[in-house]
Amino acid sequence: MTHLSRTALSAGLGGLTLACAVWLGAAGSGAAQTPQFTFAMITHAQPGDTFWDIIRKGAEAAAKKDSVKLLYLADPTASKEAQLVVNAVEQHVDGIALTLAFPDAEASAVKQAQAAKIPVVGFNAGVDNWKQAGLLMYVGQDETIAGEAVGDKLNAEGAKSAICVDQQQGAVQLEERCNGIKKSFKGEFAVLYVTGYDMAAARSRIVAKLQQSPNTDYIVTLGAPFAPVAIDALGTAGSHAKVGTFDLTPRAVGLIQEGKLQWAVDQQPYVEGYEAIDLLWLNKINGDVVGGGAPVLTGPAFVNKDNVDEVAKFAKQGTR
Amino acid sequence: MATIADETVSARRPASRQAVWKRVFKRPEAGALGGAVLVFIFFYVLAPPFRQLSAFTTVLYQAATLGIPAVAVSLLMIGGEFDLTAGVAVTSSSLAASMFATQLLGNIWAGVAFALAFSLAIGWLNGFLLIRTRLHSFLVTLSTFLMLQGLNIAITKLVTGNVATADISTMPGFYSAQAVFASSITVGGVAISVAIIYWIVFVLIATWALLRTKIGNWVLAVGGQGDSARAVGVPVDRVKIGLFMLVGFAVWFLGMHMLFAYDTVQSGAGVGNELLYIAASVVGGCLLTGGYGSAVGSALGAFIFGMTTEGVIYADWDPDWFQYFVGAMLLLATIVNSWIRVRASSGK
Repeated sequence: MTHLSRTALSAGLGGLTLACAVWLGAAGSGAAQTPQFTFAMITHAQPGDTFWDIIRKGAEAAAKKDSVKLLYLADPTASKEAQLVVNAVEQHVDGIALTLAFPDAEASAVKQAQAAKIPVVGFNAGVDNWKQAGLLMYVGQDETIAGEAVGDKLNAEGAKSAICVDQQQGAVQLEERCNGIKKSFKGEFAVLYVTGYDMAAARSRIVAKLQQSPNTDYIVTLGAPFAPVAIDALGTAGSHAKVGTFDLTPRAVGLIQEGKLQWAVDQQPYVEGYEAIDLLWLNKINGDVVGGGAPVLTGPAFVNKDNVDEVAKFAKQGTR
Repeated sequence: MATIADETVSARRPASRQAVWKRVFKRPEAGALGGAVLVFIFFYVLAPPFRQLSAFTTVLYQAATLGIPAVAVSLLMIGGEFDLTAGVAVTSSSLAASMFATQLLGNIWAGVAFALAFSLAIGWLNGFLLIRTRLHSFLVTLSTFLMLQGLNIAITKLVTGNVATADISTMPGFYSAQAVFASSITVGGVAISVAIIYWIVFVLIATWALLRTKIGNWVLAVGGQGDSARAVGVPVDRVKIGLFMLVGFAVWFLGMHMLFAYDTVQSGAGVGNELLYIAASVVGGCLLTGGYGSAVGSALGAFIFGMTTEGVIYADWDPDWFQYFVGAMLLLATIVNSWIRVRASSGK
């Protein structure tokens, strides 16, 4: 009897220990234990753009941490980006993070997602339109505020005539930047469109613009890959204008260190990508809605000669 | 067909009895010359900054970056084929040079040589696929164009972890390579990019080859009537593969210029430019059906495009209308072009 009960007891204990071990083992794997979600991230990125690659890296980091499957899709044209959203809805993903770069074109696709009860979070583009489109939350920079901050900066530096170099005609977030600058900048202001990443064409157009209005004393590029091109164009045109840019690339960081580029407006794309996915995850597992009805702001922050060294090491990793 | 025969015959008989102006007007590029003069006068009158010498070199630089591939593309089109890879292949070539140099050998010139081999290989592959599959070159090169576009981004990301290449301006050999491919010389206080000079040299060589050599005759014959050319012993397949490799060479050259002028390369660049090269050739008098056209014409086409894109800025027109103005000016130039061509050929 005693012998028997002792065996039963030890067997019971053994079983319990084993169960504990299994439970501990599962918990010990590090990642959060939630159902495996699939989230789609849909952007208006031009393929092969450094900025978007940083956003994607942030999204991938969040997906890994939350053990979420990430579908990354991108197309720079309005109708195709909207089509990608529809595509994600048809795949029955658990959440969609999208850039609302073309609010009108994307409106019906967003409605389809909402009808299918898929939470949709906006990021990077569409800060003025995300509420109207019925998105849950928005992560990014208020581009108008960022533009106004640049305008103030130009005023403070005593600029009289500025050019804004826009690389994607018709994208709202770039228009907002330009309009923001126009609003607060007191001097003469002109927009110059360049197309895609044809650097030779971009350079020729900037040179032409400088020759056309030789009293230009500031160039603001809306994308960091164009900052070195603008600096190069100064030499050809014999202009003494200063250059500042939106966003960062490793090259732009180097140019700030060399003193050739005055500043860069950082909207922290890594955080945008990361938070967009993380907010979807929080919404799925806990019903959270962050921001209190306002956008979750990731910028603007100015990177200039004084603080560039802190940023440089992260830029080298490709995450700033 | 008649035009092609006339073309080759008149090319062989420069001392024909026709008046000089008549012969000039019968050249394929005559229309483009008229269009170029018209666009030049137009902006000269309307845009005061356009009148500076430095503005002219800016226009020429923009034209050269289109014109270098367009020379080869025009010869290919005379040979009866299209190459849609030419735009992205420029970026592929820069990427190949930059990554090969930084990752493997640590010297720029090794990268430059590798990129040349790589670009010629793409040209050869395009030609080989065309001959083997007997599909239209539009389809073959559309496929390779899309594949290259994907490879540019995927391989760059795989190798560098980013979508743009690292800055190569600190590597050994950079300055000598920059001097060759992307330097500029100052003439009368105006900096002239070396790309412009190479462009002119390439146009002259191509013109000479097309009009004065056996290979030039082969190209015209292959594009005009491939089967007849084959029947009289022209090595049609080799000519076509050679033309695709020539495009590979031109694309490599521009790729090196872009790499050394701008230090880093965005892997998504170049898409869409293939159509501009084709457009420059067609505006310059190349027929879409092959067998007719000229290298000088492609240069005039590129020049018209350069004047138009820069002229719109010099004229300070509303930038929202930019593409519209460029399109409208090109249409105008093309209409003048074909009007002159029709006049010239009817006045025999």
